[in-house]
Formats: sequence, C-alpha cells, structure tokens
Amino acid sequence: MTERVPILKIGDVLLVSIQVDLEDQTVLDLQDDLAARILATSARGVVIDITAVEIVDSFVGRMLATTAAISRMLDAETVVVGMRPAVAITLVELGLSLGGVRTALGLEKGLEMLGRSSDGRRSARP
Amino acid sequence: MTAPPPVPEGEQQSVPVRSNDDVVRARQLVRALAQRCKLSLVDQTKLVTAASELARNTLVYGGGGVMRTGLVRRDSRLGVTAVFEDHGPGIPDLDLALTDGWTSGSGLGLGLSGARRLVDDFVLDTEVGRGTLVSVTKWAR
Repeated sequence: MTERVPILKIGDVLLVSIQVDLEDQTVLDLQDDLAARILATSARGVVIDITAVEIVDSFVGRMLATTAAISRMLDAETVVVGMRPAVAITLVELGLSLGGVRTALGLEKGLEMLGRSSDGRRSARP
Repeated sequence: MTAPPPVPEGEQQSVPVRSNDDVVRARQLVRALAQRCKLSLVDQTKLVTAASELARNTLVYGGGGVMRTGLVRRDSRLGVTAVFEDHGPGIPDLDLALTDGWTSGSGLGLGLSGARRLVDDFVLDTEVGRGTLVSVTKWAR
C-alpha cells in the first residue's frame, strides 16, 4: 500500500533521492531497505538526497540519525545532502541538530566526501 | 495571554487524522494555507513541521482525531491556525509532556515541546480521560 523509496547503486555507493512527501511507514521501510541493501551490495557509502524534501520533522530526523548509525555499524558512511536552509533552521529550533549525521551541500560534494574517506580506508589496509 | 483571540478569516477546513496518510494530508493542507497567507519560507516550514508533529501525536497518543485549520486575523495581521483534537487518554502531567526529550511512547520526545517553539501561539487543553486539544498559530510578519 505505501510506496517505497528507490535505492540506486553507483559503484560502491547507494544513492537515495527522496522525492515524495514522506509517510511514516515509508520512512521506516526505507531504513530497513537501506540496511539490507548495504549488506547485499557491500556498499561503502550511502548518500541521502533531501533536496526535494520540504520539511524534516522529528520522525524523519530520527530516521536520518538512525540510518547513519546503522550504516556505520555495517561499515558504510552516510552523507545527507541538499538540506534546504529553512529545513536546517527548523530542525535546530525543533531541538534536533543531527550531531551524528554527516552533511554536504550537494550531491557532488557528498560523493566527493565518501570518495575521500573510502580511499583513506582502502589505503590504510594492507 | 491578554491578546484577543484570533478571528477566523474565511472558510475553516476539517480533516480526519486517523492514519499515516492523513498526517501527510494534514501537512499539505497547512502548507497550502501558509502559502496563501504569504508566510516566509522559513515560517511556512516551521508551521508545517509543527503540524506534522502534532498530527502524529493526535494519531499515536490520542488514538486519532481531527485537525481544523484556516486563516485567522488579529487586528490587521493575518495568520494560519491549526487545531488538533482527540478524545484519547489526555496528558496526565503537562509539564513533563512539554519537557524536551521526555516521551511516553517510543518517540524522541520533541513533538510537543518542539512544536511549541516553532509557532507564535500555542494553546494546549487536556484532561485525563477526555482528550487533548492543541491549537497553534503562525502570524505573517
């Protein structure tokens, strides 16, 4: 009944671009789907693009924080990109500063950020 | 506290809040009104976010209810009001419920306290066993 947000794979990065007005169940499904896809694809990074998202309330904010934490435990880094200024202002006032979530202004910057950190991890390996 | 109550300006709309779907619809309705009222983009975002928190509270803690929303006027200022009403269990300890981080459920405990910070006027009326009514207003600047 509820729609699912598609997860795209580009190299070793999973890309999620949220284009719908999120229903709570869709948010929970996305969180589960992402964890499963990280395992299935051995992805090293997750980019969540919220350019089109007009509001992030505490439910969606918690999903972003939880997803970042889960993916970290599965050895993948999460970057949230494209947050609108009005959304950032509202989130802080709401009391959610998303401390554990890495952010970048745009998709390119986000991918760059993941590229750098995964290169770093690779070169640190024997 | 001493300000006169806002006067409804035009038609007030009422929507049920009984499913996750309804929360999305309530949000969209408030957004359309906020745009009509010419709230700034930041104020629109704050009001719609507050409405989203309160609609979810109505659904999850109140067991469902209704939202009434519309444009309002006080003196020469135009604003948007959204009223969330349920006939659920009510809130036994209001101070606690308005504390950041406190939750009776599985949420973050930011819904009520956060929503209050995001709006200009916030009125909460609750009685144990009778239900809860929360009214929020954001005024155009």
